[in-house]
Amino acid sequence: MMLEILTYPDPRLKQVSTSVEYFDNDLSNFIKDLEETMHAGPGGVGIAAPQVGRFQRIVIVDVSKHKKVTKHHGQLVLINPEITDWEGFEIAREGCMSVPDYTGNVIRATHLKLTAQNEKAEIKQFEMEGYEARAVQHELDHLDGLLFLDRLVSRRHDLFQRKTYQKKK
Amino acid sequence: MKNWFMLALVGQDQVGIVANITNTLYRGGCNLGETSMLRLGESFTMMMMVNTQLDENTLISMIKPTADVLNLHLHIDQIIGALHPHPEPDVKIVVHGADRAGIVAQVTGKLAQAGLNILDLETGVGGSSEKPFYFMQIEGCATQGMNALQRALEELKENLQGNIEINLSPLETFDL
Repeated sequence: MMLEILTYPDPRLKQVSTSVEYFDNDLSNFIKDLEETMHAGPGGVGIAAPQVGRFQRIVIVDVSKHKKVTKHHGQLVLINPEITDWEGFEIAREGCMSVPDYTGNVIRATHLKLTAQNEKAEIKQFEMEGYEARAVQHELDHLDGLLFLDRLVSRRHDLFQRKTYQKKK
Repeated sequence: MKNWFMLALVGQDQVGIVANITNTLYRGGCNLGETSMLRLGESFTMMMMVNTQLDENTLISMIKPTADVLNLHLHIDQIIGALHPHPEPDVKIVVHGADRAGIVAQVTGKLAQAGLNILDLETGVGGSSEKPFYFMQIEGCATQGMNALQRALEELKENLQGNIEINLSPLETFDL
C-alpha cells in the first residue's frame, strides 16, 4: 500500500522519532509499504518512517540503481541506526520528497561506519561511502526532525564558516 | 495578489536597508517571492519579486519615500511572475587568473555558443592592487550537453595560451 508523504512545512517533519522495540508483523507490513512508497518517489533511493507520519527510527536506502554508484549494499532496511564513525566531507546538492521544488547544497561525510538492526532485530554493522553514505545521513536526519534545509550551506559560496578564535584576555 | 513586479534598488550600503524596505512592502500588503539582496563593492543591491494587488504607480508612490530616505535608486518593472520554476544547474565552471578586461565576455561568449544557460554567476577581484587576480564562478544548464562545453573551453584555453584557469565540473542533484 502506498503511503502519503508529509511535505514541508508540515510541523510533524520536525518531530524526533522513537526507537523500534517490537519486531512484529505490524513492523514488517509497514516496511513493505514504506519500500513501495520509496520506489514510487522521484529519486526512489531513500525514505524515512517519519516522512509518512510514523515516528519510529526506521529508514530504507537503496542506491543500487544509480548508474554512477559502484560500491553499495543494495537495499538496506535500517532500524534504530546509529552512525559510529565518519570521515571526510563533501558538498553536494540534495533534494527531498518531503521538500518538493527546492534543492540545496549540503555538507555530508564521505565515509561512514554504521550499526543498525534489521527486520529480524539482528544488529548489523556497515561501512559505506559516497552516495550511499550521503543518502543514509539524509534519511537519518529525518529521524531527528532535521531536513536538508536545516543544513544548507551558502547558495553563492562553497565556503565554510571561519573558525572563531577565542579572544585573549 | 494579481500583479508581479521586479523591484531593483541600489545605493550606498548602510544598516537597515533590508529591514526598512521589506517593512514598507509588508505594511503595504505586498508578498515577496524570490529575492537577491547582496553587497557589491560599497553598494547594497536588491532585486525582489513582489506580488501585490497594487498597480505600478501606487507601488512606486508607496516605496519611493522609504527608498529616498535610504538614498536608494529605485526601478520597478511589471513582470510575468510565477513561483516554483527552479531549473537545477547541472554544470559548474570556475575561472581564475590574473585580472584583465574581457574575461567574462570571452568565457561566457564561448560557453553561450556551446549551449550554456547561466543560472548564477558571481565574480570578484582579489589579491593586491598591484597584482589583482580575477575569480568567476558560474552555475548553469548545459543545454547541448557537457561535451559541447568541454570542447568550447579547450578551444578557449588554447586561444588564451594558459593565462587563465578554467575548470568545468558536472553538478548532480541527489533526489533523496
